[in-house]
Amino acid sequence: METQTITQEVSEVAAEPVKSPTTVLSGSEALLEALIVEGVETIFGYPGGAIMPIYDALYDYNDKLNHILVRHEQGGIHAGQGYARTSGKVGVVFATSGPGATNLVTGLADAQIDSTPLVCITGQVFAHLLGTDAFQETDVINITTPVTKWNYQVTDATEIPEVIAKAFYIAKSGRPGPVLIDITKNAQIQKFDYAGYKKCDHIRSYRPKPIVRPQYIQEAAALINSAKKPFIIWGQGVILGSAEQEFKAFVEKSGIPSAWTVLGAGAIPTDHPLNVGMLGMHGNYGPNVLTNECDVLIAIGMRFDDRVTGRLDKYAKQAKVVHLDIDPAEIDKNVKSTVPVWGDCKETLPMLTALVDKKEHTEWHDKFKDYTRQEVEQVIEKELNPTTDEMTMGEVIKQLNEITKGEAIIVTDVGQHQMVACRYAQFNNTRSNVTSGGLGTMGFALPAAIGAKFGAQNRTVVAIIGDGGFQMTCQELGTIMQSGIDVKIIILNNRFLGMVRQWQELFNSRRYSFVDIESPDFVALAAAYRIPGKVIDDRKNLPSALNEMLSNKGSFLLEVMVTKENNVFPMVPQGCSVSEIRLK
Amino acid sequence: METQDNDKQEFNITVYTENQIGLLNRIAIIFTRRKINIDSLNTSPSEIESIHRFNIVITESEEVVRKLTRQIEKQVEVLKVYYHTNADVIWQELALYKVSTDVIAEKVSVERLLRENGARVVVLRKDYTVFETTGHREETDNLISILQPFGLIEFVRSARVAIIKDSDGFNRKLREFERLEPGEDVIENEYLNKGQKVFTM
Repeated sequence: METQTITQEVSEVAAEPVKSPTTVLSGSEALLEALIVEGVETIFGYPGGAIMPIYDALYDYNDKLNHILVRHEQGGIHAGQGYARTSGKVGVVFATSGPGATNLVTGLADAQIDSTPLVCITGQVFAHLLGTDAFQETDVINITTPVTKWNYQVTDATEIPEVIAKAFYIAKSGRPGPVLIDITKNAQIQKFDYAGYKKCDHIRSYRPKPIVRPQYIQEAAALINSAKKPFIIWGQGVILGSAEQEFKAFVEKSGIPSAWTVLGAGAIPTDHPLNVGMLGMHGNYGPNVLTNECDVLIAIGMRFDDRVTGRLDKYAKQAKVVHLDIDPAEIDKNVKSTVPVWGDCKETLPMLTALVDKKEHTEWHDKFKDYTRQEVEQVIEKELNPTTDEMTMGEVIKQLNEITKGEAIIVTDVGQHQMVACRYAQFNNTRSNVTSGGLGTMGFALPAAIGAKFGAQNRTVVAIIGDGGFQMTCQELGTIMQSGIDVKIIILNNRFLGMVRQWQELFNSRRYSFVDIESPDFVALAAAYRIPGKVIDDRKNLPSALNEMLSNKGSFLLEVMVTKENNVFPMVPQGCSVSEIRLK
Repeated sequence: METQDNDKQEFNITVYTENQIGLLNRIAIIFTRRKINIDSLNTSPSEIESIHRFNIVITESEEVVRKLTRQIEKQVEVLKVYYHTNADVIWQELALYKVSTDVIAEKVSVERLLRENGARVVVLRKDYTVFETTGHREETDNLISILQPFGLIEFVRSARVAIIKDSDGFNRKLREFERLEPGEDVIENEYLNKGQKVFTM
């Protein structure tokens, strides 16, 4: 199946600026002009005292910039993340000073660890009030420094065009990340001679990507060609670098079994014959066990997170490691590489593909198939085709796959349902799996799904959320109601904070400490926001309920009651090696 | 990977940066996040206008230091980072000592004190005298213990500044950075080329 690049759906053509150069503009107007030239179409935000001049200017830009009023700034930034992840563009978020800005922090940390390009604009008190504990004053720059790729405080309107240009350049270039620009109220109001907006493409102290070293490519190719049991593990870098085609070409020529991290899912289709499954704590059996059997490990655009590696001193010790990454700080950070291939994988992969031999590695693939057979027998079959009365999360995902045919964008929250969805969802296309990978932010999915839909309006967006996570950001149902955006919501309700309960069962002698969570009537809650919904607890109603949800014009909430005490397996227990993965 | 304490030694980290508010914090939190103490920190303008030079001293293993330097170099406004052991650099700290002129003139052979400690008098007043010396920590400490019995009034010591023995053309490189489009040899992280000989110049 072809991997499609979805970014095309959102117009890449920058709109014409409204104001001609050399006019007098306020800082706020200059900001909005900058957003228009940067091709921004959608802003997620929430007004407040210190950002009022920007909102006042926005009143006149309503036809050019689509502002979505969220219900909480955290919802705003997660929506920005969802938008960035599905569209490939920079997500833009507005918030006011003080509490507005501090409410962004979780989303910034999430975007930082998951390399999501964002530009967040926060209002700030008047410059002359800085440091006086003024109303709604918070030291936003210092609070957000550890969780931003770059941040900057503007106190003078004349700085705005250049700073916004830098913000967009930094957010999207190299390894993407969140940028926060804090603009004092006086700078928003201040009029100045606007000389037009120039996009930034160079900052002398910033090197977004290292120069590709041909000798490392040659060394890597030689290593790969000599390998008997090579193994590719890929991450989100392939997607962020828009290198899906280059990656597919490399995998197909080299014939090497390839496994993905949670955020890498969908870079090549789930059912691609060389795709052997998911890595990590709840990943597939073969990819985990055989990590410790391969002779050459080729890591592409991934960062060896501890959830992927398990116990590091027993991780792939037998293997020579080729690590392709755009961020030099990732090389040798967790796993020592034999050949570091610095650079943008969109450039390095084709160079590597040209030098690798065409192979099939049939015997080696058979080993993966062997492990898959065992996993199907002992885990997957029970999860997808259960014989119990109660439904499993896995069978819901399986049904969903059958109806959406793998074409939907799946947005997940954090916990058991997330691991089950990532394990079993079918992804035909890139930019289809939106989840909080690194930070594990509960409450991410509902607002992220809203943003995901704005970022890919022609695609179906299904949010899959647990009963716990849904209650963290369920106020964003209001955003859905008011914007009229079409998001399908599935709550997999097991009446527990399931993942913590699973750990308590396995590692804390079933001492269920505060994981028994009560929920409201979710369908009634949705109804209060004029969103239709349905709850089912019998599997015979599952296909019709899913069809009803997907064919409904507009958003729909489907609550599925699933078995209470199911565990996600396989599992690499914390502190164990990947080869010690448990099937039960 | 766990590093043993006995691998630890003093490292001098040299950072060239833009002159930007907040950058000190951005660099400092790279250490504090990992609960690493900064033993000494000096920051001042370099020989090139608008470029600042940090000298940071920490006690850590080389592996940790290498990772830290990469994290620092990753910051948008950081131009270049190098690290060196004490053997690779020549360093000085400057110390000032304020003592009572009466006591010192009466009880100490000032001439010998100045000679033996490489010190000099910065201020000489009726009521107090300020000595200055530069050197390694032990040397500046030594003068404290000498002056302590004679009523040391106040003491202050600067952070370490270090110059790199093997440096060849840092000044030239910095000037390259000044140009809008740096040459390829300059734009690149030096250690990318050198594999294991990372940062050793």
